[in-house]
Amino acid sequence: MDKPVLRTEQLKAYYVLDVHGDQKVVKAVNEVNLEIHPNEVYGIAGESGCGKSTLLKALYGAVEPPLRLMGGRIFYLIKDKELDISSISAEGKRKLRWEHISYVPQGSMSVLNPVLKLKETFSDFISSHESGKTRAEAFELAKGRLIELGLPIKILDAFPHQLSGGMKQRVTIALAALLKPRVIICDEPTTALDVVVQRGVVQLLKDIQKRLENSIILVTHDMGIQANVADRIAIMYAGKIVEEAPTENIFGSPQHPYTRYLINSLPRFGDKAPRESAPGNPPLLSNLPDGCPFHPRCPYLMEICKQQMPDTLALDDKHKVACWLVAEMEDAKTP
Amino acid sequence: MQKLLEVDHLTKIFTLGSMISRVRITAVDNVSFDIKPAEIFALAGESGCGKTTTARIILGFDEPTAGTIVHKGKRDRAGRNKKVWFTEGIQAIFQDPFGTFNPLRTADCYFFETIRYYKLADNKETAIKLINQKLRAVGLSFEEFSGRYPSEFSGGQLQRISIARALLTDPILMIADEPVSMVDASLRMSIVNLFKKLREEYGVSVLYITHDLATAYYISDRIAIMFRGNIVEMGRVEEVLMDPKHPYTRLLRESIPDVNPDMRWREMVTLTDIEHEEYLRKGCKFAGRCPKVMEICKNVVPENICVGDVLVKCHLYSSDSQGTS
Repeated sequence: MDKPVLRTEQLKAYYVLDVHGDQKVVKAVNEVNLEIHPNEVYGIAGESGCGKSTLLKALYGAVEPPLRLMGGRIFYLIKDKELDISSISAEGKRKLRWEHISYVPQGSMSVLNPVLKLKETFSDFISSHESGKTRAEAFELAKGRLIELGLPIKILDAFPHQLSGGMKQRVTIALAALLKPRVIICDEPTTALDVVVQRGVVQLLKDIQKRLENSIILVTHDMGIQANVADRIAIMYAGKIVEEAPTENIFGSPQHPYTRYLINSLPRFGDKAPRESAPGNPPLLSNLPDGCPFHPRCPYLMEICKQQMPDTLALDDKHKVACWLVAEMEDAKTP
Repeated sequence: MQKLLEVDHLTKIFTLGSMISRVRITAVDNVSFDIKPAEIFALAGESGCGKTTTARIILGFDEPTAGTIVHKGKRDRAGRNKKVWFTEGIQAIFQDPFGTFNPLRTADCYFFETIRYYKLADNKETAIKLINQKLRAVGLSFEEFSGRYPSEFSGGQLQRISIARALLTDPILMIADEPVSMVDASLRMSIVNLFKKLREEYGVSVLYITHDLATAYYISDRIAIMFRGNIVEMGRVEEVLMDPKHPYTRLLRESIPDVNPDMRWREMVTLTDIEHEEYLRKGCKFAGRCPKVMEICKNVVPENICVGDVLVKCHLYSSDSQGTS
């Protein structure tokens, strides 16, 4: 198999806050191991406050206080060599951004400068990475990319406020893809958009991925979007990845009780049978329960769940899950 | 059956721009619908389709440009005595649970304030008893709630608190404007189920405003699809969503991502670049994007046509165009 373009080892990113002299630690990303392969869409799903966005910031190397990397390593694959990002200088990281890895943050519609026409934004952006290009050349490049992606060229002459939300979101995605990065990280690209517009944005993302044959990390809590776009999905709960599998398995045979709640609570057309959400509330990341973080809400609670976090178990080479119940059932299978 | 609330030819026009370059946008255009007792009625559509404006007019926050609202048979005249229905059992639940509450006030303040305003209790004991009763209906208790600030609750809990507060006055109609769009996926269904339960146990009607057709299908009895200020299709939710008649409803229905990975989207959609253009369209507002557009659509506003039990606003179903289509 190809080498992963992005890989983490036991990644820990905590927010360390000073509250009236007391130190408060928010364990937003807790021992996360993941591998992103070339040419795939990797979906990360989970509810708000489970550490999805923090994970992305860490992956992008945008760690700023109060967020701190407390352990673990992140590797990028650059020119077939794995590079630990902690060894890269700030200037080196800046160079890698947009050319190797780009990031579309949540609410990225508002990154566009409201007093500049979009063509100014585009050419600013190009000249900061490809020095030596004249404005006209940069403009041509931007135009070419927009045509490729099927966006109207007339938007280059528009101000951001003249565009609809969906168009702004697509423009920011087009910007992120402008320099053909190998990895694009998208944080909730379709939230706050209408269903029809959402479909247009998803269409664009898929199109970019096919064209550039790169990897997209797609974070969204909308399982419908995940089902539509992702090749593999990781389910995150309280800073940990509790299950990771190809999309078909996540929807077809979810193993972790939390994933099962997530999938079973989805309303479906043509079926009005009552659906139940997971009971209780998500835990506070600053005050995690001992053992498995899901145990206070879990209907299959066992004694061991309260004491120890389960290891990640590989059911087959693609389906991984961290749950004592699944571990026990697997044990029972093998004599 | 008696109608609880009747919205009759409601129109709201907003003007944008200065004296010189004035644009008139009809946010709500001749909208009529009614809500029956103990019914969940969904008003669905994309943002900017006028669903929230309709709710604001019903709640009395905005004045309609034309049209009336009849509440339990009492007709309200546009622009006069706008709050005749206001104290009579209509309560609202808003989209953003974090924005609903002032972060500097404890959550129980709102309950005591409502009780004082509506004179629901004489002393603190009966007030607490009443609050506890309503909190239990939404699955919370007074002990875990009193004296705490909004920041100490999750979005789902705050939304439950909003609903409990609305329940204090024993409303007969709740207007819920996107109540679950900011609640976590794992808790969303519990809020939606709560509306179902309130309807069954207390006979509360709900005007459920949403862009999420999947939950609308799950809880509502009837649905109206809005597009650029018009109701384009209205009827029983099973009929409208399982067999959409209007091309826009069809597009909307197809755009809901199916939770089945085997059913991914294949067709491409076209989007508008600039939204104002659609409001200002002369004929059918959807004509610019409609796959079945005809010449008449560009100039003439379609009538409301009954197809079976469903009301459709589309030229495809009008009698004189049937031969040509």
